[in-house]
Amino acid sequence: MSDYDVIVIGGGPAGLAAATAARGEGKRSVLVIERDQKLGGILNQCIHNGFGLITFNEELTGPEYAARYERLAREAGVEFLLDTMVLDVSPDHVVTCVSEARGMQRITAGAVVLAMGCRERPRGALNIPGFRPAGVYTAGTAQRLVNIEGLMPGREVVILGSGDIGLIMARRMTLEGAHVACVAELMPYSGGLKRNIVQCLDDFGIPLLLSHTVTRVEGKSRVEAVWIAQVDEKGRPLPGTEKRYPCDTLLLSVGLLPENELSRAAGVELSRVTRGPVVNESLETSMPGIFACGNVLHVHDLVDYVSQEATAAGTAAGAWADACVQHQAQDEEPGIPVVAEGGVRYTVPQSIDPERMPEKLTVRFRVSGVYEDRRICVYLGDERVIAKRRPILVPGEMEDVTLKRDDLLARPGLEKIVVTLEEA
Amino acid sequence: MEKRTLTCIRCPRGCTVTVTLADDGTITSVTGNSCMRGDKYARDEVTHPVRVVTTTVPVVGSATEKMVSVKTAGDVPKGRVFDVVRALADVTATAPVHIGDVILADVAGTGVDIVATKDA
Amino acid sequence: MQENERHYDVVVIGAGVSGCATARELAKTTASVCVVEREDDVCCGTSKANSAIVHAGYDATPGSLMARLNVEGNALMYELAKKLQFTVKNIGSLVVCTSERDMDGLRELFARGVANGVPDLKIVDRDTLRSMEPNISPNAVGALWAPTAGIVDPFGLNVALAENAATNGVDFIFNAPVTSIERRPEGCFALVTPRGRIFARCVVNAAGVYADQIHNMVCEDKLEIIPRRGQYMLLDTTAGNHVHHVVFALPSKMGKGVLVSPTIHGNLIVGPTAEDIQDKEGTDTTASGLAEVAEKCGITVADVPLREVITSFSGLRAHRAEHEFLIGENPSAPGFVDCSAIESPGLTASPAIGRMVAGIVSNILGLEERPSGEFVDTRRGIPNMNDLSFEQWGSLCEENPLYGRVICRCCHVTEAQIVDAIHRPVGARSLDGVKRRTGACMGRCQAGFCTPKIMEILSRELPDVTMENVTKSGPGSEFIEGHAKNAISKEARA
Repeated sequence: MSDYDVIVIGGGPAGLAAATAARGEGKRSVLVIERDQKLGGILNQCIHNGFGLITFNEELTGPEYAARYERLAREAGVEFLLDTMVLDVSPDHVVTCVSEARGMQRITAGAVVLAMGCRERPRGALNIPGFRPAGVYTAGTAQRLVNIEGLMPGREVVILGSGDIGLIMARRMTLEGAHVACVAELMPYSGGLKRNIVQCLDDFGIPLLLSHTVTRVEGKSRVEAVWIAQVDEKGRPLPGTEKRYPCDTLLLSVGLLPENELSRAAGVELSRVTRGPVVNESLETSMPGIFACGNVLHVHDLVDYVSQEATAAGTAAGAWADACVQHQAQDEEPGIPVVAEGGVRYTVPQSIDPERMPEKLTVRFRVSGVYEDRRICVYLGDERVIAKRRPILVPGEMEDVTLKRDDLLARPGLEKIVVTLEEA
Repeated sequence: MEKRTLTCIRCPRGCTVTVTLADDGTITSVTGNSCMRGDKYARDEVTHPVRVVTTTVPVVGSATEKMVSVKTAGDVPKGRVFDVVRALADVTATAPVHIGDVILADVAGTGVDIVATKDA
Repeated sequence: MQENERHYDVVVIGAGVSGCATARELAKTTASVCVVEREDDVCCGTSKANSAIVHAGYDATPGSLMARLNVEGNALMYELAKKLQFTVKNIGSLVVCTSERDMDGLRELFARGVANGVPDLKIVDRDTLRSMEPNISPNAVGALWAPTAGIVDPFGLNVALAENAATNGVDFIFNAPVTSIERRPEGCFALVTPRGRIFARCVVNAAGVYADQIHNMVCEDKLEIIPRRGQYMLLDTTAGNHVHHVVFALPSKMGKGVLVSPTIHGNLIVGPTAEDIQDKEGTDTTASGLAEVAEKCGITVADVPLREVITSFSGLRAHRAEHEFLIGENPSAPGFVDCSAIESPGLTASPAIGRMVAGIVSNILGLEERPSGEFVDTRRGIPNMNDLSFEQWGSLCEENPLYGRVICRCCHVTEAQIVDAIHRPVGARSLDGVKRRTGACMGRCQAGFCTPKIMEILSRELPDVTMENVTKSGPGSEFIEGHAKNAISKEARA
């Protein structure tokens, strides 16, 4: 007998939605373990609006969206351990965690949902030459300092990387009286949403320099300037294009990485592409009864999709917990692999068992470059079952297709499901 | 006749919307939008662009928060965005604050209230 | 006595490993000792940014000071680590030869090591090498195996030496670059610093890359220290098992090569370059330097997972043309003792250097040992949660609940460790100070999540530190420009 039917690790938007769903109208006991003192995760510092259009049909700010899901989870009777850091998840679902209030604890679960979110790629991963002074922050760290602590990390700002947090911080710093000289992006396209380029950069006349990167950081104690150069198609700085930007702050928005230390230690197989767990149609990882959702699974662009995905993972985890005794003995057939081809970088899930999939299953993916006027196509074997026309596809935005169970069941012996892009 | 191409910012889809204006400045057509939000956005943007402003104000007496996040309860003219943040520069909220509480009424004479987006 | 005038028997200039090792040895005597440091903390120069290797001692020329102090220091290091509770791991080193033609060079190195008194050296063949290091380059033909080599936490060593010296009565003065030294007629020295004048009967010059400036203030002969820059890349712990020993390249026609080694924090380190530069503050990395490291690590080790890099850094070695430590009293300046040109293997040699320099000072001043039992020769280290079982960690939480608050999630550093690091003798005052003492911020997020939290703890625990003036590494490196509302509020009033 486990302490809880389902334990959810992480109390951000993914964890809250998963826990609410796993509770199953009060049928199961569910515990959320959150390392921060508050629920809501990173949404608490995302004070801008634009959340919840799909879920609530209104434009909410991050804290408002988080508060709604916290209320749903509390009303559903989910239990919480706050200010508590999970240190280990064992393959047999023993969760070890530590907190100031309760010290070291071991808590057992029928099923586990991983919802630890992601972290920002730091400067080191870019290997930018120069000094390592104060004044270099990831956009998210700066966002916390400004929005939560009420402190300004600097006044004269350069931003490297056009991820959404970087774009949002360009506007935020400007509204707090700082001057943002430019946003430099290594790729020939932006990593963030188009709307954020319009309302965060264009509105304030902040230039977006595509195919540019920071080649040097000046200043030994505190940033004094950065050098920015144009790059060639392989991302190498072009000699003679270097320009010096005096500044006291360099913000980085150069990508997000799923935070999978616990998953790795638990023996969960990770995808080299998403850097998150490999999952089946139930969002179950390679370890039986351990599920994943949200940014720990793959980095999302919209929180609404996180909530949808987490609801699916929580529902599946609940069902698994109900059945786990019978389940453990059974040798499972591997599902049908979902193969990403022709500009599709990856899919989540990576495999589907038609017997266990819901009537309609959302397969989410990202593309590897900018593609204009394409069809998103799905092949079941040789047969094309979906061809969805899209005027433009960009890496910064997540795409999805919906598979029908009946289509899969109608094709016994199906060996693979291909998601690909074709010329329209 | 004039055509203006905009990126709609009303939702993450970021539709490319084309607005056609007659010589007298009246809008004759809006195309490319996927929903009515885009139509309204495009019409507003070419005649009187508006934005929602989000920022923070310090809060006193809260056990958990130093700052409370706030927003304009509705759209304000785009040209007044900086007036809004300046009007809030010396405003301090006092705990308890609840989501939706009015922190400053009729900010900068826009007729729009500043409301809290976080409990503190 | 004026407040900004202090008198000591001995002043050590420089709070790196050599200076702190010397100060600790001097603390065993009845002398009053002070360490003056230009930076905000200990371990801010050469001691901070290096390969962190405990060298076996086969490199240096037989008969040289470098050779002797390296082998002595190696033996002392493992003992010292137990007494002062810093981390060292005796993992051994391999000097890898990638061409049959160069095997003579390897045998020469072996002979040199034997002459230097390095124990247990062995030449291993290709197959043995491959079984020891499965990821070794396919070109490797053999290697020199030195089982006494190891890896060390250089901050841990430096901090432990300083703390233990302070516990035994040594004073530390930070942010105090020595701007001039005057020799007084009564035979003592007066050191001028921004923190006041310091008088001493004896001066130890352990000023790293600045040792020439200090030396030349008082000595007739002139010393030149050339900052020799070494650039490194540090890879994530996921790459930490790529090699299991310190892997060096045997110098060959291909050049000198770089080392590939696990670190005591479980990362993989590759580097360094060797560039002689002018700027004594030139600790920046360069695109060409990092490219060189990336290229050269492949000489000895196959498939180094360079995409796992989490940071790069560079350090300056205090090189002089003679390539030999300069240790001793200067004939033209009685009472002035050089502990200069301490380049590699200086970190390894530091325990032996400390003894030697303290011995010289003792002779000059006729110092006596303190009565037995007065000198505390051990230090309690800051516990590392990663070395403990969950049960052991849990017991710590029962003693102090702050061990249950994890601040650095990548490296599992708790609030208790950070508070401990702040309140020790010679405690941490900056983010980098906390980082060096606890290992916080060293993980894959590189301080993204924990910076604001550590800033808060520093401002809470230290009376003169606030969120607005917390620094990364001393004055000038403040994190915060001001309150968010200041600029906009000024604008609103205008």
